[in-house]
Amino acid sequence: MLTTEERREIETKLGDYPNKQAMSIESMLIVQRNRGWVSEESLRDISELLGLSVADLDGVATFYNLIRRKPVGRHVALVCDSVSCWIMGCDRVRDRLCSSLGTTLGGTTADGRFTLLPIVCLGACDHAPAVMIDGKLYEDVDERRIEEVVAQYE
Amino acid sequence: MDKPLTGNFRADKEAVSLAEYERSGGYQGLRKAMLMAPAEVIELVKRSNLRGRGGAGFPTGMKWSFVPLGKDAPHPKYLVANADEMEPGTFKDRALMERDPHQLIEGMIVAAYAIEADIGYIFLRGEYECSYERLARAIAEAQASNYLGRNILGSGYNLAIHLHASAGRYICGEETALLNALEGKRAHPRTKPPFPQISGLWGKPTVVQNVETLCNVHHIVNHGTDWFRGLSRTQDGGTKLYGASGKVKRPGLWELPMGTPLREILEEHAGGMRNGLHFRGVLPGGASTDFLVEEHLDTPMDYEHVQRAGSRLGTGTMIVLDDQTCPVGMVWNLEHFFAQESCGWCTPCWSGLAWTEKILYAMEQGKGSARDLETLTFQTKFLAPGNTFCALAPGAVEPLQSALKYFADDFRRHVDEQRCPWRR
Repeated sequence: MLTTEERREIETKLGDYPNKQAMSIESMLIVQRNRGWVSEESLRDISELLGLSVADLDGVATFYNLIRRKPVGRHVALVCDSVSCWIMGCDRVRDRLCSSLGTTLGGTTADGRFTLLPIVCLGACDHAPAVMIDGKLYEDVDERRIEEVVAQYE
Repeated sequence: MDKPLTGNFRADKEAVSLAEYERSGGYQGLRKAMLMAPAEVIELVKRSNLRGRGGAGFPTGMKWSFVPLGKDAPHPKYLVANADEMEPGTFKDRALMERDPHQLIEGMIVAAYAIEADIGYIFLRGEYECSYERLARAIAEAQASNYLGRNILGSGYNLAIHLHASAGRYICGEETALLNALEGKRAHPRTKPPFPQISGLWGKPTVVQNVETLCNVHHIVNHGTDWFRGLSRTQDGGTKLYGASGKVKRPGLWELPMGTPLREILEEHAGGMRNGLHFRGVLPGGASTDFLVEEHLDTPMDYEHVQRAGSRLGTGTMIVLDDQTCPVGMVWNLEHFFAQESCGWCTPCWSGLAWTEKILYAMEQGKGSARDLETLTFQTKFLAPGNTFCALAPGAVEPLQSALKYFADDFRRHVDEQRCPWRR
């Protein structure tokens, strides 16, 4: 079930658009902000609220990079692998992250602490490599600094 | 020198407040625009020679002039700020939105007034959370001060602006794909014609315009076309946000006169190459532009000159290749991105880019063959403009085709030595 807050947020944003379909993506992002991902049940609830089929919503959900259809850990680290970050050594940062957290890119740690995901261009190319954790941007990271950064997250 | 776009930026990187913005002349362009007829504003922007800063460089005033005006025009009409900025190597619009959000709002109101739009959307990258917060605050402040909403500054003109967070796909930056994304659908590009200015969002007239472009509009109205054209060193009006990333001494972002030579940007502003490294090439305007090399360093960075040098100004944010970085690996990274971000709407792009990426990956792994080089060359022609539904694939093969030309020896070494010569 959508929470009262989720339902209210979606209904408020509906006023920005001439029809309900326009809220399909934003509704999923609202749910995801609260729960970390978009489950089948959430899709069903959104489909009822917006009057769209679950298949319609799923077709949209699977198209967009930022909509997650699988559960994630307590924290999500987005590792930029675009060209400027690649030149500046994002592969080493990614490898260190994977080895120190004991998971792979795309995976979640066994204790559910972290999910590591690749991301394209965080728009921080002049401070590459860049990593974003729970929406917070970390610039000019290297192997040593990334260990210090993730240590802050329980 | 005048820096209209970044002159207000605070050293602490906080957003310019509404009060600070107004003290520096903010919303004066809007006040002047409200005293003009919409068609006059369009004419002024046409005369300024402002060209779109999102990559394609289409003349802004001309784009607006295709929108039906007057009492018989269909409504609602829409203005969309394209704040998607997913081109790798590009980081200019984020700075404008985070550090001077009212500038975008004012530019949007003036642009919307010119095309008689009723509703504005800011289509913003999902990852730009800081931009989202600051723009949301600026929209609320502008509304509270009657710069937005009903009867703006007593003019009788009404406009609402809504923030829309994207869920991320590179194709969303393409103007018609962006419209589908805003309508809550998969972001596939649409056939043109009809052009969005006639039939855009929900079938109504719509203008989609890049953030940096919009940030120029009210300055033109406020200070005039002569002033705007005088900011440039060449024919194309205004200043430009240029950026550099890669192994230069001072990567960064600078507002400079349009037409500033490449060498000056890289050597004076970016500080030249890091110690011990040499310049080999540069993607002058993001990931979808052709490499320029040493012989092009004196090219003035504007639309015409960069095109004559065989590339595109694109977003003006450049990615520098040094002599210790593998050009084949760099192109593999780029094609990996484009293959992944192909929306799948047309087969040449969807299939061709995946094939291209696989060949380059094999080459980097020491498994390339001479025939692969022929296939790569073939792909650059197969995916050239006119062969695909939109510009994603033609843009994707720009760095590849120029790399095959300028770094041919590096590709050949990968094949001959069956390894990446840069990998230790």
